[in-house]
Amino acid sequence: MNTYDVAVIGGGIVGSAIARLLGGTALSVALVEARDDVGDGTSKANTAILHTGFDAKPGTLESRLVARGYDLLGRYAEATGIPVERTGALLVAWTREQLDALPGLRAKAERNGYTACEIVDAAEVYRRVPALGPGALGGLTVPGESVICTWTTNLALATDAVNRGVRLLRGHRVTAVHRGPDATRLVTTAGELSARWVVNAAGLGADALDALFGHDRFTVTPRRGELLVFDKLARPLAPCIVLPVPSSAGKGVLVSPTIYGNVMLGPTAEDLTDKAATGTSEAGLEFLREKGAELMPRLMAEEVTATYAGLRASIGRDDYLIDLDAGQRYLLVGGIRSTGLTAGMAIAEHVADLLKGHLDLVERAGLPAPPRMPNLGEAFPRPYQDAAAIAADPEYGRVVCFCERVTRGEIRDALASVIPPAGVEGLRRRTRAMNGRCQGFYCGARVREIFEGEQK
Amino acid sequence: MTERVRVAVIGGGPAGLTAAATLAPSVDGDVLVLEREPETGGIPRHSDHPGYGLRDLRRFVSGPAYARRLTRRARDAGARLETEAMVTGWAGPRTLEVTSPHGRRLVQADAVVLATGARERPRPARLIPGDRPDGVYTTGQLQNLVHLHHREVGRRAVVVGAELVSWSAVLTLREAGCRTVLMTSEYERPEAYAAFHLPGRLAFGVLVRARTRIVAVNGRGRVTSVDIEDLGTGRRRRVPCDTVITTGDWIPDHELARTGGLEMDAATLGPRVDTSLATSLPGVFAAGNLLHPVDTADVAALDGRHVAAAVLRHLAGDPVPGGGVPLVAEAPLRWVAPQLVRPGGPPPSRGRLLLWADAFRTLPRVTATQDGRVLGRVRLPWPAAPGRVFRVPFSLVADADPAGGPVRLSLE
Ligand SMILES: Cc1cc2nc3c(=O)[nH]c(=O)nc-3n(C[C@H](O)[C@H](O)[C@H](O)COP(=O)(O)OP(=O)(O)OC[C@H]3O[C@@H](n4cnc5c(N)ncnc54)[C@H](O)[C@@H]3O)c2cc1C
Ligand SMILES: Cc1cc2nc3c(=O)[nH]c(=O)nc-3n(C[C@H](O)[C@H](O)[C@H](O)COP(=O)(O)OP(=O)(O)OC[C@H]3O[C@@H](n4cnc5c(N)ncnc54)[C@H](O)[C@@H]3O)c2cc1C
Repeated sequence: MNTYDVAVIGGGIVGSAIARLLGGTALSVALVEARDDVGDGTSKANTAILHTGFDAKPGTLESRLVARGYDLLGRYAEATGIPVERTGALLVAWTREQLDALPGLRAKAERNGYTACEIVDAAEVYRRVPALGPGALGGLTVPGESVICTWTTNLALATDAVNRGVRLLRGHRVTAVHRGPDATRLVTTAGELSARWVVNAAGLGADALDALFGHDRFTVTPRRGELLVFDKLARPLAPCIVLPVPSSAGKGVLVSPTIYGNVMLGPTAEDLTDKAATGTSEAGLEFLREKGAELMPRLMAEEVTATYAGLRASIGRDDYLIDLDAGQRYLLVGGIRSTGLTAGMAIAEHVADLLKGHLDLVERAGLPAPPRMPNLGEAFPRPYQDAAAIAADPEYGRVVCFCERVTRGEIRDALASVIPPAGVEGLRRRTRAMNGRCQGFYCGARVREIFEGEQK
Repeated sequence: MTERVRVAVIGGGPAGLTAAATLAPSVDGDVLVLEREPETGGIPRHSDHPGYGLRDLRRFVSGPAYARRLTRRARDAGARLETEAMVTGWAGPRTLEVTSPHGRRLVQADAVVLATGARERPRPARLIPGDRPDGVYTTGQLQNLVHLHHREVGRRAVVVGAELVSWSAVLTLREAGCRTVLMTSEYERPEAYAAFHLPGRLAFGVLVRARTRIVAVNGRGRVTSVDIEDLGTGRRRRVPCDTVITTGDWIPDHELARTGGLEMDAATLGPRVDTSLATSLPGVFAAGNLLHPVDTADVAALDGRHVAAAVLRHLAGDPVPGGGVPLVAEAPLRWVAPQLVRPGGPPPSRGRLLLWADAFRTLPRVTATQDGRVLGRVRLPWPAAPGRVFRVPFSLVADADPAGGPVRLSLE
């Protein structure tokens, strides 16, 4: 049985960021993920906004880490090629009350260290987003809010971790924990391992894992968010992220461009009990349709490309729950609710700070360069558009998925990458193949065949 | 790199291939068909059952045989067919951006024919809620899986829709060893059942429920069941199955038409065309299911033949006449194609207007009115039924006043 210095449980954005950071030290690290792929939990299904943190609750750990994460991930994206579009956001007030709330929101942003917000009148709101439904009274600009590719973020962090020597164990669900004097033995669905330290970054499963360490301090409630993704032809309707004025019920329904060139409407917010309930619901889709008709009637005339649902890890408090238990050599990273994509790298930094007194975290010399990720962003050059790339390798000129213009070369590369996809779903997240408006009408059979052919 | 051709045809399906075959002998210069698939032929390539070619070839052949025949005819006529060549956008009014394994290039043409076809709306576009398991396909994907890739499907299928194409799905499922346990249709009666005798008989024994909608797909990993609702009583029940085929519910592949700035028709969702199949952009024409989602392949092919005349006039330098009166379909008619009648213009392909109805009428009467005046009225001996095109003679609107308002078509 392998013994690692640290085992990080959970291959979402948070766990991958932590493993990557620890992997840059002299420590031996394992990244343990229950599913057959990284980023298959909450990290694959969110609204994919790189938040400035302007509306966080000032003074919280979350507010600090979101702001820090915004910078860290922004820079990391440049280094690795994770696509980011600096679209900015516009928070729109539809009622008198909401209009009156704007100065307070701006002041709150300033307390969060974000000073770029401006209050604008209705005319300016419609100048920025002409397709908005009637009745907007004014707005607040958040120039820094951006859209990012959550799939590439997760994959870049995990790939970087593996490149740095982290042992990635996919398909390993931790089912039992046995504490010994020097190391903790983890029983998983695919064998055992042991580690001197354990980091719990298990997202929705963090409370169950915490219980295996004998704690009873929080419950994760899966808060479902359902989303509609509209056709790329709708993209001109949403030049920036359109946010509602937040209420006690959460951030509310937004209209946002996606990094893939679509427009997204959502999410809903609904507390469930089943942590695997990532299906969509009749009521949720109906609600989104009603909301969409108010917010942007013209959007509703466009085709829907995809519907999906993600589950936030709500723990009934206004902050993250990150806690180090020195006696058990155990660190909990819990309650990373709706900002974990942005904050992930900063959470990793914070975790490292907490571990510093206990482990030697000096960065190793000669670390490999960050991985260069294939671009999935619609606003940046893709292989099918790149004459030089095709001239050098005709496979980049062989379009397989027509709607998303994914080439045979990109699929081949994904299948041969450091963390190859375990299935067609994973291939979708690495290439966009089959994600387009036809959802496989044309390319589904061929993509599956290529996937299975290359597997052999 | 820029290549100049006389005519560029986008899409090597029945419409595009037939347009190219008709044009190539008469055009001085290259007629280039750009097809993004590895083979030309369009949808019939993977629609491996008889039912093709009646109106254009005067014979009844299987989809793949039809695809091969049209391909051969276009090639023999002198058209250049390039496969694995996808048009991804426009670099000018008639200049196309093309990606193929041979490189990225621009193709500049004196005339462009859009023949990009239509496809079925997949599950998300129909907003069917529930889990997201494997085993949910459109007919197109199903036929691709089974006929081109020889893949297994499940054992028990529910087919959503009861159009012509839905029966095509049933046949394919049967061939793949998968039993269709239920077909559902939201309409009053199954759209095609009465009209489409052959597959109806072949698939005899399939339970068809009208006025029924799918309210959920269940299953994690693989489909385990669907929930259906009786639209009359509101009663719901669960039907075990491992495969769901969403059929029909067509949408044109109109991306290039829209990004090219062509005027679009809000009802067909394809580009607006006149009876010669000219679009709003000079030198850009359209044919096939892009215009009428969806008719049979032979009608698409005959569009391709019809559009050639207008292309040749354009190449000869004749300007497209301006003006014209729009045709408008009134509910329960959903759309009409073509949408514009120009003074002095030709009759449409086959002298017929194509219409889509959202209600069933046994002996439909169609009335055309302009500015409150009845232009014409016909009673048709064939039914109007949801799920398939029905046709009316162009003579109905031929007397429209070129200076008048829109001509409205209504169903009684
Ligand atoms: C609808 C929605 C919208 C959102 N929008 C945004 C946004 O715009 N911007 C933003 O910054 N954030 C957003 N978020 C939040 C963000 O997605 C999450 O905070 C982030 O993905 C959390 O990452 P994670 O690594 O903690 O969790 P996860 O991605 O869920 O990773 C946890 C992993 O742990 C694994 N695991 C669980 N139990 C075990 C076990 N016993 N053994 C082994 N492995 C286990 C799981 O399989 C999973 O892969 C949104 C979330 C939702 C749901
Ligand atoms: C499952 C099914 C069963 C059917 N059964 C029958 C039947 O039995 N009998 C019958 O008569 N009809 C049948 N039909 C209808 C028939 O297939 C269509 O009417 C016919 O294929 C339409 O021809 P088209 O040329 O307009 O379009 P398509 O056949 O769809 O051809 C369009 C072509 O354009 C290409 N293309 C699109 N965009 C681009 C681009 N940007 N660059 C390059 N190429 C592009 C596509 O790859 C495709 O090959 C069936 C249809 C389906 C889906």
